[in-house]
Amino acid sequence: MSGLPADPSGPGRPESLPATAQTGGARRMTDWDPDALDTDEMILQMGPQHPATHGVLRVELRTDGEIVKAARPHIGYLHRCFEKHCENVDYPGVMPYADRMDYCAAMGNTLGFALAVEKLHAIQVSPYVDTVRVIMAELQRIASHILAVGTYTMDIGAFTPFLHLVRDREKILDLFEWTCGARLLYNYNWVGGVSHDLPDGFVKATRDLLREFDAVTFPEFLDLIIHNRIFVKRLSHVGVCSPELAIFHDLTGPNLRGSGVKRDLRKDAPYCGYETYDFDVCVGTGQYGPVGSCFDRNWVRVLEMRESSRILHQALDRLEKMERTDVHEKVPKRVKPPKGEVYFRSEAPRGQLGYYVVSDGNVNPYRVKVKSPCFTAMSAFHHLAKGLMIADIIALIGSLDIVLGEIDR
Amino acid sequence: MDATYDYLVWLLPAAAQWPSWLVVLIITALPALACFMFMSLSPLIYVYAERKVSAFMQDRIGPNRVGPIGLLQTLADTIKLLFKEAIFPKKVDRKLFVLAPLLVNVGAFMPFLVIPWGGRLQPADLNVGVFYVVAIASLSTVALIMAGWASNNKYSLFGGMRSAAQIVSYEIPTMMLLLVPVMIVGSLSLQDITRAQAGGLQNWFVFRYFPILPVAFIAFFVAGLAETNRAPFDIPEAESELVGGFHTEYSGFFFACFFMAEYTEMFIISAVASVLFLGGYLAPHPALQQIGPVPMGWFWIWFKAWFLIFVMMWLRWTLPRSRVDQLMDIAWKVLLPIALVLVVVVGGLVLWPATATGFPWDRWVAWPIAIAIVGFLFYVMVRALQWSRRRAQELAAPRQAVTP
Repeated sequence: MSGLPADPSGPGRPESLPATAQTGGARRMTDWDPDALDTDEMILQMGPQHPATHGVLRVELRTDGEIVKAARPHIGYLHRCFEKHCENVDYPGVMPYADRMDYCAAMGNTLGFALAVEKLHAIQVSPYVDTVRVIMAELQRIASHILAVGTYTMDIGAFTPFLHLVRDREKILDLFEWTCGARLLYNYNWVGGVSHDLPDGFVKATRDLLREFDAVTFPEFLDLIIHNRIFVKRLSHVGVCSPELAIFHDLTGPNLRGSGVKRDLRKDAPYCGYETYDFDVCVGTGQYGPVGSCFDRNWVRVLEMRESSRILHQALDRLEKMERTDVHEKVPKRVKPPKGEVYFRSEAPRGQLGYYVVSDGNVNPYRVKVKSPCFTAMSAFHHLAKGLMIADIIALIGSLDIVLGEIDR
Repeated sequence: MDATYDYLVWLLPAAAQWPSWLVVLIITALPALACFMFMSLSPLIYVYAERKVSAFMQDRIGPNRVGPIGLLQTLADTIKLLFKEAIFPKKVDRKLFVLAPLLVNVGAFMPFLVIPWGGRLQPADLNVGVFYVVAIASLSTVALIMAGWASNNKYSLFGGMRSAAQIVSYEIPTMMLLLVPVMIVGSLSLQDITRAQAGGLQNWFVFRYFPILPVAFIAFFVAGLAETNRAPFDIPEAESELVGGFHTEYSGFFFACFFMAEYTEMFIISAVASVLFLGGYLAPHPALQQIGPVPMGWFWIWFKAWFLIFVMMWLRWTLPRSRVDQLMDIAWKVLLPIALVLVVVVGGLVLWPATATGFPWDRWVAWPIAIAIVGFLFYVMVRALQWSRRRAQELAAPRQAVTP
């Protein structure tokens, strides 16, 4: 399938020009030329306005009945020039933009950028701030996975599990709102600290939440949908991504671990003191089919919610014994890192999120480049999609758990 | 019609002297009007029930703003739909596009003609009743394909084609499973089939010939789910894959037509299933057939159909959707063999009834099992209700804040 062209030929192409004329004949466009289709094939545009493409993704499908012969994703409908904007605002001003990349997991985004600039600035935050950041990141991971897994069940056609899960996500968002006043885009992680200290009673409230999540929501969810026979049959042999393919396409996070590769930056290159927490890296085991299927990717996310809950319990224990410090202690009056460049990657809920920041010694970054996990996940899409059915395409998009805000930036 | 005439004359003895055209008009038009009003307004209640049931299962409240406990919500929705502009996309085939939502209602409403609501409360007791239901109900598929094609939209076309494939596959097991009670009774008339189950709960077909008829009932119900395009077999309109399937392009009144047809079909399948297997208008105990002078047959078939509708809603809000090829697998590899075996076995029982009448094993074996199953289901439902109430109390309890 390596013959797939990189750029679109479809509807924008003038009728009079043959496909090869426009591209100089260099690329093979026959897959997508309407004249080159077999008589029983047709091109189906899925998206950008489609209920199950998780945002404004457009997928061009060459279908033969229900079978998808080839699929090509088109991205860019949510491009907001994030990286260019960053060059024109100061470092704290980048944070709201970072929030808006992966709007389902904003805490993870800002954490990555804050750590990158701190590395450039050589700031070492206190253990208290580190613990607060871990708590926030893991709560956000649970919230993000709830959304990913919940909407995934909706893609498969079951609406109820989603609402059961969102019940708990609401409570996590309540905690965030209580702490920093925002429910979705927090601007919480700052360079050198966090914006607000945890409120009184936060530990108790979080424990209540986790107690309910561990004891009620999570096991119920497993019973209700994950081991449901229809659900398993729909997913366990669909979109199988071999470990080689996953590594070749630089899949990260749950997508990579779903293929059975045990890679997690929280273990491999720990930050924020993750090395001191006791948790497992979950990988897909292929319990119902080949390793790396849609089921496995989803299953890894489900298990990670439990692992995040374990980390949270430890972090809360630690926080109770810890002496409070000022969370603004290390925040510089003016963030003006020395000349230089830094690349820092962290494990966001959707995978490795890397920030490449170049500083010319000014208050604005000279360049910010983001390595997005969803973008690389999308690059494997056309391999995985070949030969599936239309319903499986939806399952595949959902299992890669893409957020278009992060793909397009 | 004779029954209606008798009733009219009993009500108004003077009517016997009226001109015959007037009497015929009254005894045909008035019941027809009443039936039609009942049929076309009851989807309001189905939709309300669906929303409340789903809300209960999803830990929500459901509609509660319009009217007491939200009872008028669907009425408001219907009025909104009726007054909305019906949008016709530029390239649709306008004739077919308008015809399809009307035709789908023909298939949905016409089977009401033979549903028996009581010994004499039946619009027409056709001697080919079962056959008629199947034949007419299939009409709505034509309408779905029509809608899919006329919409000039690839998603709609997929929906229409899926619908066609689904109905073609599921008609066959449905027909064969219908044959099972028909062969036992020896008549296609729904009235005869109901009467054959008279005498109380233990004579309902679902509780007789233990492994045969219960299995037939469940298989028929599954096939019926697929015929009505309900989840987990709702692939023709699969909203997460095909947006809206065949009704993607419809809006306003025409969309409401599809909606109405879907819910009416649900009722039809439930009513037919309860006539064939659950004793139709017969009460669980003959003493309950009449309360004083009031015949209760209408209540019992209504109640049974509603119970089956509730099960359909329960399934819809619990199960994920099957894929199209797996759906066909279920039809051809599971339901069809079951149906064939049942037809052959029941045929044998009908031909050589001695095998069926020897040891009364359906009474001695089937009854305890049936009671156990019903008891278990009841237990599960009670537990679920208790659990949800306890949980609601837990959630309502205030959280006290403690400093860390």
